[in-house]
Amino acid sequence: MIWFLIPVVAVLALAAYAVGLAVAKRRFAGAKPHSRPQQHGYYALIWVAVPALAIIILAGIFSGPVSQNLVSAGLPEAVQEMEPFRRDAFLNDARLLGEGQRPFQTWDAPFDTLLQSEAARSASIQRTLLWGSIAGALIAAVLGGLLAFAQIGPNMRARNRVETWIGALLFACSVVAILTTVGIVFSLLFDALRFFERVPVTEFLFGTQWSPQTAIRADQVGSTGAFGAVPLFAGTFLIMLIAMAVAAPVGLFSAIYLSEYAGPVTRGVVKPLLEVLAGVPTVVYGFFAALTVGPAFREFFNGFGALLVGGPLDGLGQYLMLVQNQMALVAGAVMGIMLIPFVSSLSDDIINAVPQSLRDGSYAMGATKSETVSRVLLPAALPGIAGALLLAVSRAIGETMIVTMAAGLAANLTFNPLDTVTTVTVQIVTLLTGDQEFDSAKTLAAFGLGLTLFLVTLLLNIVAQRIVQTYREQYD
Amino acid sequence: MTDATVDPGAVRAARADALQKGLKRRYAREARFRTYGLLAIAVALGFLVLLLGRIIEQGHTAFYANQITVPVYMDPARIDRDYPQGTNFQLMVAQQRLAAMGVTDDAQGTQANAYRTLLSSELKFRAAQLVREDPSVIGQTVQITAPVSDDADLYLKGKIKRSEPAELRRISDQQMDWLDALKRDGTVTTGFNSLLFTQGDSTEPELAGVLGAVVGSALMLLVTALIAIPLGVGAAVYLEEFARKGRITDLIEVNINNLAAVPSIVYGLLGLALFINVAHLPRSSPLVGGLVLALMALPTIIIATRSSLKAVPPSIREAALAMGASKTQTVFHHVLPLAMPGVMTGTIISMAHALGETAPLLLIGMVSFVPGIPGAITEPAGALPSLVYIWENASELAFHERTAAAILVLLAFMIVMNAAAILLRRRFERRW
Repeated sequence: MIWFLIPVVAVLALAAYAVGLAVAKRRFAGAKPHSRPQQHGYYALIWVAVPALAIIILAGIFSGPVSQNLVSAGLPEAVQEMEPFRRDAFLNDARLLGEGQRPFQTWDAPFDTLLQSEAARSASIQRTLLWGSIAGALIAAVLGGLLAFAQIGPNMRARNRVETWIGALLFACSVVAILTTVGIVFSLLFDALRFFERVPVTEFLFGTQWSPQTAIRADQVGSTGAFGAVPLFAGTFLIMLIAMAVAAPVGLFSAIYLSEYAGPVTRGVVKPLLEVLAGVPTVVYGFFAALTVGPAFREFFNGFGALLVGGPLDGLGQYLMLVQNQMALVAGAVMGIMLIPFVSSLSDDIINAVPQSLRDGSYAMGATKSETVSRVLLPAALPGIAGALLLAVSRAIGETMIVTMAAGLAANLTFNPLDTVTTVTVQIVTLLTGDQEFDSAKTLAAFGLGLTLFLVTLLLNIVAQRIVQTYREQYD
Repeated sequence: MTDATVDPGAVRAARADALQKGLKRRYAREARFRTYGLLAIAVALGFLVLLLGRIIEQGHTAFYANQITVPVYMDPARIDRDYPQGTNFQLMVAQQRLAAMGVTDDAQGTQANAYRTLLSSELKFRAAQLVREDPSVIGQTVQITAPVSDDADLYLKGKIKRSEPAELRRISDQQMDWLDALKRDGTVTTGFNSLLFTQGDSTEPELAGVLGAVVGSALMLLVTALIAIPLGVGAAVYLEEFARKGRITDLIEVNINNLAAVPSIVYGLLGLALFINVAHLPRSSPLVGGLVLALMALPTIIIATRSSLKAVPPSIREAALAMGASKTQTVFHHVLPLAMPGVMTGTIISMAHALGETAPLLLIGMVSFVPGIPGAITEPAGALPSLVYIWENASELAFHERTAAAILVLLAFMIVMNAAAILLRRRFERRW
């Protein structure tokens, strides 16, 4: 492949730097140069590296499609007349054979001999392209270098030119952030739109049946597949509520204690420990939920149910005895634990940002610490804390591993925390792992869910960040 | 003045009394409030202790394993010199051991089969290896050491107990007797489970190791670091030092803040659609994983770098500019080197975060079973967190302790990285 040229170009560029430096030093003899010799060296380096790298990257990206087009354009008629998917398989095998690998399948006459000749042709096309791009890159490097060397002189403004390049490079780096967003939006939108061609948006957003299994055979039971995502939204919402019920009070109270009550020693011990809790990978929380919390909760409820059976609450007892490991409560509670440090550190920052004068004023009026916190600090910090909680909600909605490992797959439309529910992220993972056919509604549904998830979290984040920022600026 | 008739002293006393009562109530509330705070911290730290405690409790047993050292008579009648791996060495050893104990087996070989399941297939590989290396061992008796099977190992570790009902456990009373005897006479010994650190993934728990996943994760982080660090630092330098306030910079800023909060699974979808379905990069490879994680780590690195660039006082820039340095020279010769400790700290922490990230890896196929140890970034590979996910899903009980052990290995790497970041911060942190 063409990529092996990159180190070669790197070496050439370094050589160009050295030569440029030497040339500059010699030509500067006696004159007062505008730029230092090193800057002329860098100038030469840029002119050797950039054009050659551009050619290498273009060749790397486009040589595949170009050679494919060339090969399929010159195919013999027997191959041209094959069905499209067989022709693609034939082309693929010809390419593999041409590269010296084994073809995927054996071809009957007359295709076996045709395969050999096509393989040879494909190999020769690829060889031509490869050598062409190598020659192009090297010529570009040499020409660039010669151009740069010719310009070196005491009056050339090498520093300014090099700095323009550096500025452009840095700008390109920060544009990657925008490109990532564009990439996310397009990759989600493209496949999501194809999904919505098959399943109407209204059915997706308001339907209450979710069973994405489309049939392989037409007469199979449940062959149609239903894509109403309401049960998933409800499950996600339920688990998020449970998680926030754990994380909000615990996180908020620990933030209040840390910022208002704790001395520097306690802070110094507790804060890093909370950071450890925040640094634990989510897959570890998932493991903890599936193998420790789930069985413990199930045993607790089953035992509790056994006590109730036969009494006035017999029905409830019967129900509790059948509770499974994978209840919404388990995933929600563990997710709540995961969010505690997140809520706590954000709220801590926000409470600390409330000016000391407000506290002092409250203490001077004789208020106790708790009164100061609940009547002065919290009202002042409320918008900020609301923003922090919204950010936590967005994390809870997008969290994947805990729910994948600890929540179920059954799409029940329920708000009972002891029932099994499924979430948007669980379904994305389920739809896209394991066997998948391209272009089936089942695979594309994952992108529809992903788009919904992205839009909802984006909205939450924008609102939350707006709130947090406006609030912070008030006191700055 | 209608109040003139009321004695001012009595009013004051009544007020003071009410105040005293109220004060008691208020102090009680204060104490309660304080307790809530303490309780919240206790709950959070209690969860941390519970989480780590449970994982250590479940995982520590995976670090040692039981292995059996048996004399094996290399029976010439049963070993094919040219195809030694075709011999059922486990059954051969089982029959030899039973014969040595003087047990007569029935026609179906029930006992020998029961004995055979105590031995792992590693015994077969090692015996076949011996024959391949030196065919003259056929006909002789050699000592072979190999791990016992996963169920036997679990019994010897006390994770399967005799008190459990016999039909529910995977190991019979007789097999337990055999194992007890082997343990007593020193044929089975307990030692460090080196296979856990020298092997790739395997379908047999006693032979499964984390090395393949560690190498996969390392390759992936290498790709991530090579892409995310230069891009992130470059972008941060541009935004903090060069960019003029304007529409485009505002757009980039808002973008970066939002990217930092996009759910990780969405990055997985991006990787699947863009890198695999459009660019046709190899599925389940560290290359694709590293690219996805790089895009995820980018916002964090940019934010950390910007804050440490901000911490460099303007006097440094002004001094450099006053000495005739250009903007670029000021930034690259003075500001960036001074901000470097902060940049490094932020970068290491974001790399540690990327190491533990799992959800995007599920979507780009890094959860498939990959037995060997990957050698290149384009080969299929596993990663430590996805190995945890795979093993957690496995049905064999012996994988549970290994999952916890893999988590401990993962946490160890993260602790080392975070400790390095903290050390860097302590060592080089400068207050202006």
